[in-house]
Amino acid sequence: MNVGVVVFPGSNCDRDMFHVLSDVFNLNAQYCWHDQPLPENLDAVVLPGGFSYGDRLRAGIIAAHSPIIQDVKKIAEKGIPILGVCNGFQILVESGLLPGVLLKNDSLNFMCEWTNLTVENNDTPFTNQFELNQKIPIPIANGEGRYYVDDETLNKLERKNQIVFKYDQVVNGSSNQIAGVCNEEGNVVGMMPHPERAVESEINPQDNKPSSLIFESLLKKVGVEN
Amino acid sequence: MANYRVHVTIENKPGISDPEGKTILNDLVLKGTHQNVTRINTAKMLKFSISEHDKDAAQTKVQEICDELRIYNPMVSVVTIDVFDA
Repeated sequence: MNVGVVVFPGSNCDRDMFHVLSDVFNLNAQYCWHDQPLPENLDAVVLPGGFSYGDRLRAGIIAAHSPIIQDVKKIAEKGIPILGVCNGFQILVESGLLPGVLLKNDSLNFMCEWTNLTVENNDTPFTNQFELNQKIPIPIANGEGRYYVDDETLNKLERKNQIVFKYDQVVNGSSNQIAGVCNEEGNVVGMMPHPERAVESEINPQDNKPSSLIFESLLKKVGVEN
Repeated sequence: MANYRVHVTIENKPGISDPEGKTILNDLVLKGTHQNVTRINTAKMLKFSISEHDKDAAQTKVQEICDELRIYNPMVSVVTIDVFDA
């Protein structure tokens, strides 16, 4: 199974994501530089975290205009699973692949801490191995992680089951404690917390199994036995 | 063609919280002797220099750029565009 890890100037979680995909889940991961075409043989694409273009103007907005995003949009239309983590989520939102916007945290602080998520939608390529309402202990690391949507969009997200993860308590002022959403079709998922920092017991003092299910869901989706 | 300076001010829509503005108001200004200040909103300003036929054309062109490239996010922000002679 081939997974592309898209790299922008300023990405800094690309190697962690590559390591987890390759060494933990035995996938054929490959880096995809932002100004090159996306390879055609990909079964999934991940936009990792970081500070693309130094968060200049607004987190994710400049990367959202990168040439590779046009290719990401094309394969998103084909139903190929796409995951955006942290800055990757911000890029998906700014490119219009996902609804909403990510604003500065209410505290104005860069927040680097463990949170607990609740799975709200277990019918996506990244959550199909979860029980509904299952908890995930997982770290966040962001300054602009406050997910915001207006009331009309929020109603639509709820009606169409596009809210994928919520924090189980108020973390940063996000609308309805939303931590991750998907597109209407469900194949494009964005989340602020970092699953690639939580799937190995050596660096997860809590429980690494729930975060692992995010990647095991992807394996299940594309029919790979791990 | 003439040169114009165009100031683009990006600020939150009413109702979108502005914690930085509140902090500046409550923890700086109101802790001094300036009790008559009632509100502070933060904003980002971009200063363009552009060559156009007239002021209206400069305003229209910069507005187009802001909309096309999503210089501001219309879900949460509004822009104000002010044009000056260079």
